[in-house]
Amino acid sequence: MSTLVWFAVILITITSVGLLLARDWRWLIIFLAAQYFGMLILILQHWPMGMASVKVVAGWMSSAILGMTRSGLPREDRTERHDILPRGRLFRLFASGIVVLIVATATPRVDAVMADAGFAVTTGALLLVGMGLLHLGVTDHILRVTIGLMTVLAGFEILYATVEGSILVAALLAVINLGLALVGAYLLIASNAEPEQEETEAL
Amino acid sequence: MNAPTIWIVAPALIALLLFAIRNQRALSIIGGTITVLLAISAQFLPIDEPLILGAYSFKIAPSLDVFGRSLTIQPAEGSLLAVIYGATALWFFAAEASGTATRIVPYGLLITTLMVASIAVEPFLFAALFIELAILLAVPLLTSIYKPPGKGVVRFLIYQTLGMPFILLAGWLLAGVEASPGDVALAAQSASMLGLGFAFLLAIFPFYNWIPMLMEEASPFIVGFLLWILPTMTIIFGAGFLDRYSWLRSSPQLATTLLYAGLLMVVTGGLWAATQRHLGRIMAYSSIAETGFSILALSLNARVGIPILFLLIPARALGLAVWTLALTVIQQSSESMRFSSIRGLLRIYPFAGSALILAALSAGTFPLLAGFPARLALWENISRVSLGAAFWMGIGIVGLLTGSFRSLAVLSMADEYTAWELREDWLQTIMLGLGMIGLIALGLFPQFIQYFLANLPAMFDRLGH
Repeated sequence: MSTLVWFAVILITITSVGLLLARDWRWLIIFLAAQYFGMLILILQHWPMGMASVKVVAGWMSSAILGMTRSGLPREDRTERHDILPRGRLFRLFASGIVVLIVATATPRVDAVMADAGFAVTTGALLLVGMGLLHLGVTDHILRVTIGLMTVLAGFEILYATVEGSILVAALLAVINLGLALVGAYLLIASNAEPEQEETEAL
Repeated sequence: MNAPTIWIVAPALIALLLFAIRNQRALSIIGGTITVLLAISAQFLPIDEPLILGAYSFKIAPSLDVFGRSLTIQPAEGSLLAVIYGATALWFFAAEASGTATRIVPYGLLITTLMVASIAVEPFLFAALFIELAILLAVPLLTSIYKPPGKGVVRFLIYQTLGMPFILLAGWLLAGVEASPGDVALAAQSASMLGLGFAFLLAIFPFYNWIPMLMEEASPFIVGFLLWILPTMTIIFGAGFLDRYSWLRSSPQLATTLLYAGLLMVVTGGLWAATQRHLGRIMAYSSIAETGFSILALSLNARVGIPILFLLIPARALGLAVWTLALTVIQQSSESMRFSSIRGLLRIYPFAGSALILAALSAGTFPLLAGFPARLALWENISRVSLGAAFWMGIGIVGLLTGSFRSLAVLSMADEYTAWELREDWLQTIMLGLGMIGLIALGLFPQFIQYFLANLPAMFDRLGH
C-alpha cells in the first residue's frame, strides 16, 4: 500500500507540473483527470472506496465539463493572448522546483499537526496546494485559473479528508468542484463572446 | 413542518422556478413579495413553540437533518432572518427600476437562502461551504455570457474561493486547541488560518482590489447586493467563532488584531474614496470602509460591540441599495461613471444625484442620516479603548466625506443656463424618493429599527449576554 501511495505522490507531482508547463488545452484536461486519480489513491488511505470515489467522479466530471466547453471554442482562445506574465517553460519549471522545495520543508511540520494523515498523503496534498497557488499566480487565463483553483481545492480535500469524514461535507465539496467547473465553463464561453452577441442580448 | 424548510428549502425552490420568468416587473414584484412574507413570518412565527390557530395547533421544529448533519434555525435567529429577507426585499423591489430583475431576483434569492443556510448549518464551521456555493452563484449574476468577463470577477472568484479551505482547516485546528488549551503553537496556527480565511472572505486589506474593479465592470446594483449580503453574513459567521471558542473570545491579541484590521480598512477605504475620480470606485472604497466598521465593532467588548454590529446592518443595506440604484440610473445615460462624464448630471437626474449624495454622506457618518447613529456609538466606544484608534477612524470618516463632497461638486457642476429636467422614469423616482426618506428616517429615528434588532444578540450563547 505504501508503494501505491508514493506512486500517487509521484503521479501528482508529474500532473501538477505538467499542468503548469502544458500549452495545449487537451493536455491540461488529461493532466487534470490524472491528478484526480492520484487524489483518489491518497484519499483511500482514510476513506472507504465508496466515499472516496465521489471525489474522483466529481473531478472527472469537472474535467469533462471544462474539456467539452473548450473543445467548442475557436482553436486559439482569445484570452490566452493577454497573458503578460512570464510564460517560458523554463521559468515555470524553476518556479515548480521552488514549490517542491517549500513543500519538502513544510511537510514534516504540517504532518505533525495533521496527526494521522501520513507523510505521503500530506506531501501530495501540499504539493497540489502549492502548485495550484503557483498556477493562480502566473496566469489570468480563465481555463488555467479554474484548473488552478481546482488543484488547490484537490490538495485541501486530501488533507481535510484525513480529519473529516462527513457525508454532507463530501457532497458539498463535490458540488463545489462541479460548480467551479461550470463557472469556469461559463466564463470561458463569455470570454470568447463576439460583440455582436451582446447586441442580440440587448434586443 | 420545520424552520429550515420554510426559510431555506422553500425559498430556494421558488428561486429555481423564478428562472423561468423573464418579465422584469413580475419578477420584481414576486421576488419582493416573497421575501417580505419570509421576513414577516420570521419575525412573528414562533419557532419550537406550539402555535394555536382555532382548533388546530402546530409547532415549527427548529431542525432539519441532512446527510447526518443538521440545519438548525434557533428561535433567537428569527429577527436576523427578518432583517436579511427584509433587506433582500429592498433590492428585489428596486430591481425593476435598475433593469436587472431577471438576474438579481432568482440568483439573489438563491444566494440569500445559501447565506441563511450558512448560519443554520451544524457544525457551524461548515458554513464556509455554503458561502462558497453562494460565491459560485454570484459569478453568473455578475457577468453576462455575451460579454467577456473582466479581471475583477476572476479575482473575486479566486480570493473568495481561497477563503473556504482556510476556514475549514482552522475550524478543525480550533477544536484541537479546545482539547489542549496549553498548546500555544497550535493556537497561533489556528488563529493564523482563521485570520487568513476571513481576510479572503471579508476582502480585508490587501485582498480587496477586486471590489473597485467589479464596480467598473459589472452592474453597480448587482455588485451592491453582493457587497451587502456577503460581508454581512460572513461577519455574523465570524462572530459565531468568537461565541464558540472562549479562548479566542478572551484573547487580547485577537481584539488588537481586529482593531488594527478594521482601522486599516476604514483608513485605506476612506483615503482611497477621497482620491477617486469614478463614482463606482468611490462607492467600492466606501463599502470597504463599512466592512472595516463592522470589524471594529467586533473588536469591542461583546456587550457593546455586538449590538453596534447589528445596528450597522440596516443602515448599510439601505445605503448600498439607494447608492447602487442611483449609480445604475446615472450609468444608463452616461458613457462612464468617471467625473469627466458625469459633470452637471444633478440637473437632469435630480433624484438619482440627490440619492447618491445622501447615501454617500450616510456612509460617511454625516449627522442625522442612517449611518450616523451606529457609527457614532462605534466611535465613542473605540475612543474608550484607544484615542489613537478613534483618531484614525476619524481620518477614514473624513476621507469618506471628502469623496461624497467631491461627488456632489462634480454632479452639480452644470453650465449656468442648463435647465432642470427629470429624466428618471416614475418607478426610479419613487424608489429613489423612498430610499432617501428611509435614509433620513433611519437617521432621525434609529429607535424604530430597535424593534427588530433588540433580540438579535441573543442568537449568540455567550457573546450576547
